[in-house]
Amino acid sequence: MTDLGRYQDPLTIQQVLYGARTIAIVGLSASELRASYFVGYYLKRHDYHVIPVNPRESEILGETCYPSLLDLPVPVDVVNVFRSPDALPGIARDAVAIHAGALWCQFGVINAEGARIAEDGGVTVIMDRCIKVEHARYIGRMHWLGFNTQRITSVRAGLQ
Amino acid sequence: MGEVEKGARVTDKLSRAEKLSAAEAGHAFGFETRQLHAGQRPDPNTGARAVPIFQTTSYVFEDPESAAAYFNLQEYGNTYSRIMNPTVAVFEERVANLEGGAGAVAFASGIAAQAAALFTLLQPGDHVVSSAALYGGTVNQFKHLLRKMNVELTWVDPDDPDAWRHAVRPNTKAFFGETIGNPGGNVLDIETVAAIAHDREVPLIVDNTFATPYLCRPIEWGADIVIHSATKFIGGHGTSIGGVVVEAGTFNWSNGRFAVVADPSPAYHGLQFHETFGTYGYLMKLRAETLRDLGAALSPFNAFLFLQGLETLSLRMERHVDNALAVAAFLESHDLASNVTYPGLPASKYRPLTEKYLPRGAGAVFSFDCSGGRAGGQDLIRSLTLWSHLANVGDAKSLIIHPASTTHRQLSDAELRAAGVGPGTVRLSVGTESAADLIWDLDQGFASVAAAAGDTADEKVATT
Repeated sequence: MTDLGRYQDPLTIQQVLYGARTIAIVGLSASELRASYFVGYYLKRHDYHVIPVNPRESEILGETCYPSLLDLPVPVDVVNVFRSPDALPGIARDAVAIHAGALWCQFGVINAEGARIAEDGGVTVIMDRCIKVEHARYIGRMHWLGFNTQRITSVRAGLQ
Repeated sequence: MGEVEKGARVTDKLSRAEKLSAAEAGHAFGFETRQLHAGQRPDPNTGARAVPIFQTTSYVFEDPESAAAYFNLQEYGNTYSRIMNPTVAVFEERVANLEGGAGAVAFASGIAAQAAALFTLLQPGDHVVSSAALYGGTVNQFKHLLRKMNVELTWVDPDDPDAWRHAVRPNTKAFFGETIGNPGGNVLDIETVAAIAHDREVPLIVDNTFATPYLCRPIEWGADIVIHSATKFIGGHGTSIGGVVVEAGTFNWSNGRFAVVADPSPAYHGLQFHETFGTYGYLMKLRAETLRDLGAALSPFNAFLFLQGLETLSLRMERHVDNALAVAAFLESHDLASNVTYPGLPASKYRPLTEKYLPRGAGAVFSFDCSGGRAGGQDLIRSLTLWSHLANVGDAKSLIIHPASTTHRQLSDAELRAAGVGPGTVRLSVGTESAADLIWDLDQGFASVAAAAGDTADEKVATT
């Protein structure tokens, strides 16, 4: 059983969100009704440079799409994964190869071997968390729709 | 903005994030802290410490793209106060936090909240298994409104696990019960009933109005959806009508039984709520479709009053349960009272369940049978001077009513019995006054009941 807690540390999550500028989304769908599209759209709205990685598409969200992480022309801060857990070890190897800062695996994308490969290669791992929800929790507007952000703070303006 | 400037801004934000995270790391805030703070940050624009009342119908969009993103649910944004409001959102998040749910959606009343929770997961031809020991208004809603929507009901004895188990059909879509039954005081064995429901891949919905999250948190025992009439102890002062639905966020709506939640929604351009929003799928559908289409939105002012109530919830509930126990003990020892249903009494048959689910106290609403049947109950109510005779519970002031002629009036005799209501049953909602004064008033009321009974006996003697 993977100890998910060590891949869900609030401080690490915030460091990744605040430090990142370029996010490659592996498995980003061109269908605007899919979860990955919602996330990609949201991240673009919040000024991240989103790079789609999907061998079946040429352009998504107005951004050039690349078949794999190894084809990317620029360094990326975060590799965000919307693939089946089985695909994670391969993606983790690619993330290490391109010196990505973090490997962010969405809800259910849980694979211990993938996490180990990334960690051994110096890549920060966040797992079984949604990057959109975590951004909204710490920086965005999740509290506008009655969701339980679990934040307790009397600091004015929070983190905005 | 120059790169250097932006870099400095990120560093500044990060240092604040580190400070806050260090404070939060490894520290779980207590209930009393969360009832004051959850869901709210000091207003970023004004610094206002109290929750501002955003008395507005609508919200100016930054640009057409933002407006579209909000309506498409691609971005968390305010559009129209029938669907969301910043004051109401603080209330929603606070209740969700206290109950331990993924989120909450508030409604104009508890009954509206309950209808919305069910409409979100039901379609015509479905079936619901419900405890028979419920608030009369809920019985009416299920018996008439749900049946009008072609939803079938099976009423079960909530104390009998086999009754729940055997009532399940292929089209069963929900189990429903109250943590503490109104007014019979039955305590639901939440863990057992939740396990039966989950065994059949059905969610358990629990009305937690009488317990409040301070006394019991049904999600911790396996409930999937928690409903409140916020009108009662959450508001706590009898000022406002409102309700709220909390969802745990853990039920698998994509198990093949809930096409209405999981399949592409014709009411939202083909969106698959559960697949797209995962943990938050049911809640998004509850808000973006059901609240949007039923229209029973909570007003910002009422949300503000509920937030005022929540700030003192634990303090009031401690006092409510202390007073309730004192009043129940008095009634139990009184010759003119019988069948005192307070589950916190040592002799209650619900004592083991109370110890498990309600260790801080068994709420403050219960009933008893007044000697003299219907006339006795009415004589008692007529004689009281401190207890208020009205149709509500959960006020800081003590309340009394005769269910058979009011809240449960539309029920048949059999339904009354199932709900634990007899002709002389009187329901109490014990407030936070001096317990001695509450007992004094009941005592003088019973004296009047005895005197009236004596008069009747005298008349009988005189006429024979």
